[in-house]
Amino acid sequence: MKLTLRIWRQKDAKSAGRFVTYPIDNISPNCSFLEMLDILNEELIGKNEDPVVFDHDCREGICGMCSLYINGRPHGPDDAVTACQLHMRKFRDGDTIIIEPWRARPFPVIKDLMVDRSAFDKIIQEGGYVSVNTGGAAEANNILVGKEFAELAMDAAACIGCGACVAACKNASAMLFVSAKISQFALLPQGQVEAKQRVKKMVKMMDELGFGNCTNTYACEAECPKLISRSNIARMNREFLCAKVS
Amino acid sequence: MAELNSKIPKGPLAKKWSQYKDHQNLVNPSNKRKLDIIIVGTGLAGSAAAASLGEMGFNVKIFCYQDSPRRAHSIAAQGGINAAKNYPNDGDSIYRLFYDTIKGGDYRAREANVYRLAEVSNSIIDQCVAQGVPFAREYGGSLENRSFGGAQVSRTFFARGQTGQQLLLGAYGALSRQIKLGTVKLYERHEMMDVVLVDGKARGIIARNLITGKLERHFGHAVVIATGGYGNVFYLSTNAMGSNTSAIWQIFKKGAFFANPCFTQIHPTCIPVHGDYQSKLTLMSESLRNDGRIWVPKNKEDAEAQRHGKLKANDIPEENRDYFLERRYPAFGNLVPRDVASRAAKERCDAGYGVGETGLAVFLDFRESIGRLGKHVIEERYGNLFQMYEKIVDENPYENPMMIYPAVHYTMGGTWVDYELQTTVTGLFAAGEANFSDHGANRLGASALMQGLADGYFVLPYTIQNYLAGEIRVARMSTDRAEFAEAEAGVQERLDKLMSVKGTRSVDQFHKELGRIMWENVGMGRTEASLKNAIELIRRLRAEFWKDVKIPGAMNELNVELEKANRVADFLELGELLAHDALNRNESCGGHFREEYQTEEGECRRNDEDYKYVAAWEYLSEGEFKLHKEDLVYEEIEVKQRVYK
Repeated sequence: MKLTLRIWRQKDAKSAGRFVTYPIDNISPNCSFLEMLDILNEELIGKNEDPVVFDHDCREGICGMCSLYINGRPHGPDDAVTACQLHMRKFRDGDTIIIEPWRARPFPVIKDLMVDRSAFDKIIQEGGYVSVNTGGAAEANNILVGKEFAELAMDAAACIGCGACVAACKNASAMLFVSAKISQFALLPQGQVEAKQRVKKMVKMMDELGFGNCTNTYACEAECPKLISRSNIARMNREFLCAKVS
Repeated sequence: MAELNSKIPKGPLAKKWSQYKDHQNLVNPSNKRKLDIIIVGTGLAGSAAAASLGEMGFNVKIFCYQDSPRRAHSIAAQGGINAAKNYPNDGDSIYRLFYDTIKGGDYRAREANVYRLAEVSNSIIDQCVAQGVPFAREYGGSLENRSFGGAQVSRTFFARGQTGQQLLLGAYGALSRQIKLGTVKLYERHEMMDVVLVDGKARGIIARNLITGKLERHFGHAVVIATGGYGNVFYLSTNAMGSNTSAIWQIFKKGAFFANPCFTQIHPTCIPVHGDYQSKLTLMSESLRNDGRIWVPKNKEDAEAQRHGKLKANDIPEENRDYFLERRYPAFGNLVPRDVASRAAKERCDAGYGVGETGLAVFLDFRESIGRLGKHVIEERYGNLFQMYEKIVDENPYENPMMIYPAVHYTMGGTWVDYELQTTVTGLFAAGEANFSDHGANRLGASALMQGLADGYFVLPYTIQNYLAGEIRVARMSTDRAEFAEAEAGVQERLDKLMSVKGTRSVDQFHKELGRIMWENVGMGRTEASLKNAIELIRRLRAEFWKDVKIPGAMNELNVELEKANRVADFLELGELLAHDALNRNESCGGHFREEYQTEEGECRRNDEDYKYVAAWEYLSEGEFKLHKEDLVYEEIEVKQRVYK
């Protein structure tokens, strides 16, 4: 395949960025999107140019590190995959592909396509856990969890924290990410004791960090590589309301 | 130089750990606040240890090269975690888990460590459930189990095909809580470059801030390395792109012995290689072997026709299929341990029965189980894996059998540690895959998560305290000390050297070349000749690397190529040690298969007389290593030939 890449290049957080065009040829349709970028970088290194910086690690769609905005969609044109699992067979020979970083104020660009998502860690630090110390936990089967609740909790817990939901949202809202964690614990008996504090603190931090609000367009759900459901947002809103009024 | 003292506690096997805990030294709460612990790596072992030690009141600094602790590659573990709960009432026990693990490791692991691992396995499940890890449940609400290779009981707990993710997020939650409370300080996008020794004890690290490129000095009363395995020495593996050996290689150079480097695990069920641009291999969980049957065509003509696209797998009738694992190992069938399954697949492919374009693949077929259980059951059990397969290969595995081939997955070898997980350098500890301790020559499925969390939650927090109790009078040291300055200067010199090469070939080219040498000569089948060849080739490649590697950009900035070069430089030294160790071990055991040492049926021929020991290597100088032996004494278990027939 022969392609034209238009890639966002930005030296560092303070510099202005711009699109740079790179032609690329001889790409196998079985190549993954990131492997295609590897090939480009090899060429750039050969020409004494700076390779394109992008975040990636596991390359099997689970670590959540890759974060490319491809042709106007987080993780590109395929559904329910991360950029590392996107394959070039989803494009056509001769295509122009536009590659940008996540664009959201709480995710500042570090360099080129790499952004800082530590805001997500800060939200989790507010209460995205059950406060239980190591040791002394009760026998596991003393806590029974109905299968359907366990399944729903697992659906929510499958979030990989990539930030595609924020990147997709016109308000840069982190509601899908935050609600997935809130939901996991709201659905499980282990999460009940701290439920009210958890939702209040996590939502407060989300707001403080500059994430926008939800205006129910659900671009987040449409672009989520793990198919996290928007019903989690409804559940979070309910939890939040209950916590506020009680 | 340090002597090998495994410090196995006295007393009967089943009492060793509880007696150790009863008599170990403790640190009182006011002293804990004065003690600093550095942990490198945020996978299961690192995050769990940091959270637990923070809860106890120590000051912890934790480092990871990724942008968040949650990215560590433990996250990618799919299938499950073992524990001896015996919930299915199928006869499991701590002893049986211990026995299976020792046997699975082909009698090359330390008895006392493995028993302890089995002993704490149940607490791990309790802990994770208390954290809200969404394990699979039965309709009555109790925990569900499934089977894994090398066991005849169902003892594997799982969260769909994302068990590693859920366990890591549990540990990450616990870690996040401590970060919020201020007991743990997180340094993300930082890479450890070297360990700092003061009077022979580990007292800190030199880390590089990957964003600014600046070197930083960090003090700790003790240092824990939990940086995972070194499978990426093969370039193509199931590891993450950033997984590296640098931390354990740097401490090796500072005196921490490296044990059993040749014990590497080739996982049987990975998606086959498809092109030379390929950057990584994707695992298909071992759990698939619960319901999938592995086969190749019985006739070479069928295999050949399939390779050329003239025959489809589904058109090959039942009687013309060779379910080679079921045929060779009727007792365990498709659930034989990984090393056995991998070698059997390679044997069939080498003999000309392989399928797929390259002929380097076998079928993993769900037709029978879909017929028996219905598609919805298979979907519920493995839906995400099937989806992943389809995205990568572009074929529907519900309709056509998957094609799989073995790939490098896990490294049983690692930093030598004693019973307390302390290395041969005082005050320096290693946990999780980074150490060598529990899996012998082959790791059983669902045991890596168990070991990572055992080390992190339940072993290290105790044993490190036994050491720190003797350090309470040591005040925090200034990082202006000469030892820190010297270590930093050493790192700076190495980075300068890398940047000054200004050659013509990229880091990846060297890494790929190293991977080819390793896979062809030190892979699934090893011979004296191939190993000697590998050592020769690696030395040559290493010399070329230092003459011809090309790293664009500058040192004091974000420089991904420099990060990679630094890691590959270490792989280029480790590869040689790995081959060296494989050459020394004139036997076949577990994942280490020397073709000269096999039975007539092609099984491993172990040599207990001469090699029932842990090979712990000491670093002398580049390419020069000295062997120290830790004899393995089996008091409880009778050492037998490993049979899965």
